[in-house]
Amino acid sequence: MTGGFTAPQIDWAQLAPIIIVLGAGVVGVLVEAFVPRGVRRNVQLALTLLASAGALIAVAALWSGVRETGGTSVVGGSILLDGPALVIQGVVAALTLIALLVVADRTETGESAFAPAAAAVPGSDYEQLARRAGLEQTEVFPLIMFAAGGMMIFPAAGDLLTMFVALEVLSLPLYLLSGLARRRRLLSQEAAMKYFLLGAFASAFFLFGVGLLYGFAGSVRLDAIAEATTTVVGLDPLMLAGVAMLLVGLLFKIGAVPFHSWTPDVYQGAPTPITGFMAACTKAAAFGALLRVVYVVVPSIVWDLRPALWAVVILTMAVGTLVALVQTDVKRILAYSAIAHTGFILTGVVALTSSGITSVLFYVLAYGAASIGIFAIVTLVREVGPDGVVLGEATHLSQWTGLGRSNPWLAVTFSLFLLSFAGIPLTAGFIAKFTAFSAAVEGGATPLAIAGAVASAIAVFFYVRIIVLMFFTDAPRAGDRTGAEVTVVKSEGLTTVAIALTALLTVLLGVFPSPVLDLMAQAAKFIP
Amino acid sequence: MTNPYVPILVMMGVAGVMALGGVAASAIIGPKRYNRAKLEAYECGIQPTPHAVGGGRFPIKYYLVAMTFIIFDIEVVFLYPWAVNFTELAMFGLVAMMGFLFLITVPFVYEWRRGGFEWE
Repeated sequence: MTGGFTAPQIDWAQLAPIIIVLGAGVVGVLVEAFVPRGVRRNVQLALTLLASAGALIAVAALWSGVRETGGTSVVGGSILLDGPALVIQGVVAALTLIALLVVADRTETGESAFAPAAAAVPGSDYEQLARRAGLEQTEVFPLIMFAAGGMMIFPAAGDLLTMFVALEVLSLPLYLLSGLARRRRLLSQEAAMKYFLLGAFASAFFLFGVGLLYGFAGSVRLDAIAEATTTVVGLDPLMLAGVAMLLVGLLFKIGAVPFHSWTPDVYQGAPTPITGFMAACTKAAAFGALLRVVYVVVPSIVWDLRPALWAVVILTMAVGTLVALVQTDVKRILAYSAIAHTGFILTGVVALTSSGITSVLFYVLAYGAASIGIFAIVTLVREVGPDGVVLGEATHLSQWTGLGRSNPWLAVTFSLFLLSFAGIPLTAGFIAKFTAFSAAVEGGATPLAIAGAVASAIAVFFYVRIIVLMFFTDAPRAGDRTGAEVTVVKSEGLTTVAIALTALLTVLLGVFPSPVLDLMAQAAKFIP
Repeated sequence: MTNPYVPILVMMGVAGVMALGGVAASAIIGPKRYNRAKLEAYECGIQPTPHAVGGGRFPIKYYLVAMTFIIFDIEVVFLYPWAVNFTELAMFGLVAMMGFLFLITVPFVYEWRRGGFEWE
């Protein structure tokens, strides 16, 4: 064989955030293998918190370089470390750090949100034994690190194969984590199964799209494909089908209609701390990748794709908002609200302007922080069994009646997050929606901004309904209750810190958004 | 001048007719005489057993064997092309491969420490 191989020059420092997080995952597996059971959880928690903080610092250290040069191409172009990629990496690192606090919290009941022995048959004697022995699946920590590592590569991928590998690295741990809920085991396993099957299906679409685009452009690199869209003639159907299938895979991950059907079931069935992690970090990463594909590959063919993209945006906002109106389960309401927000963020994506990128980057941070906070609060509201034992989460809406009187602080914070979701001024959600809609107007997508405003107005109804229920509706008398008694458990402190941090972020980003917006505006440029 | 792809289309058509036609023909004109043995689930050479209580679970050991197999399977998938191109890939290939082998040993170590190799 005659030589075609030259070893790529790898600038390892540019990969530091990714390597730190994935390295922590690998070390975490070794911790599972060698550290005694008693201290495993504490070691894992310290390791993962340090790793996410380290990744955040590494992102900050790389920031000035990226701002000056506009970004560098690493590992022969497989990783493109430019502004949007670095910002998404920072958002994922920061939100993972906060989400880990909620994941680790055992609350005053001494039991984590995860099954003691996830392989046990639900309801079996073995499961009971494992619970009484106080077993814990501390594997959740390395799994979260692997998922976060994939999420950091996903928006930075410079070719479609790297993007596909990142997609799988972030998805596989999430499928598993969805099935690990301590309570309602069957629902959780069903959620994991659905997520896995539909996710595998979406991945297949993505991969087929990659294949078609390779056939079209003769390369899987995004810049080569973008160039081919203007130079290659006569293969348009191949290119359009390829891009469309690629977008199906990406739209599935962000949960846009019509690829949203997994969202409510998975958000409801997954352990609540994981739901928060997924809602925040998966969305940020997938939007990063979607931005790159749309802004690098699509611009020259945007007129072909525009009707389809617009239809997806409007449908996503409409379905998310309207179906949320009739839900009675708190986690399902938040899931449909997540779908509606996907639609709002998408208005910034299809704007195809640099302010569109800024708005998406800001929106995923604002939405992600509020999501982790709101799901963290859901983990604390519990049912109580007849013998006074604290059971699983009380997620039925009626069980939240009167919570504002018994637990004012909790209810006020919950309302803050809801108001941010609704986009009320002085919260991060308002600034996020405002920048997204104005970017859409600037990019010539005014109908989408109008549709978004209408959907937001309708969405206010179900957010405010929960607030009214908590504060202004009389709690039913003890005898009238249909469900179990409800209590609010104390956290070990970690969840409280997470809720405080996310609430602070929500207010700060709402009142003083300009430093963060400026920072993201500086980052809003993709390198090809 | 015929398009060179026409014979392929014809071939695909014929294959489709053969495949679907065979099934359709035997469904329409074939004799249907059912007996007990024909209606039972097919088991290769052994008596079919009824479902076990609790959904027919089988020992998790087999699943572990399959997982272990995958670890080595993936390893070999990459080792072969690496060995073939060993000289050309030189030092870079060696270092990359050692890194890969180390990483693939990690789940192996995990399985070993958690008792995945103990049959009983």
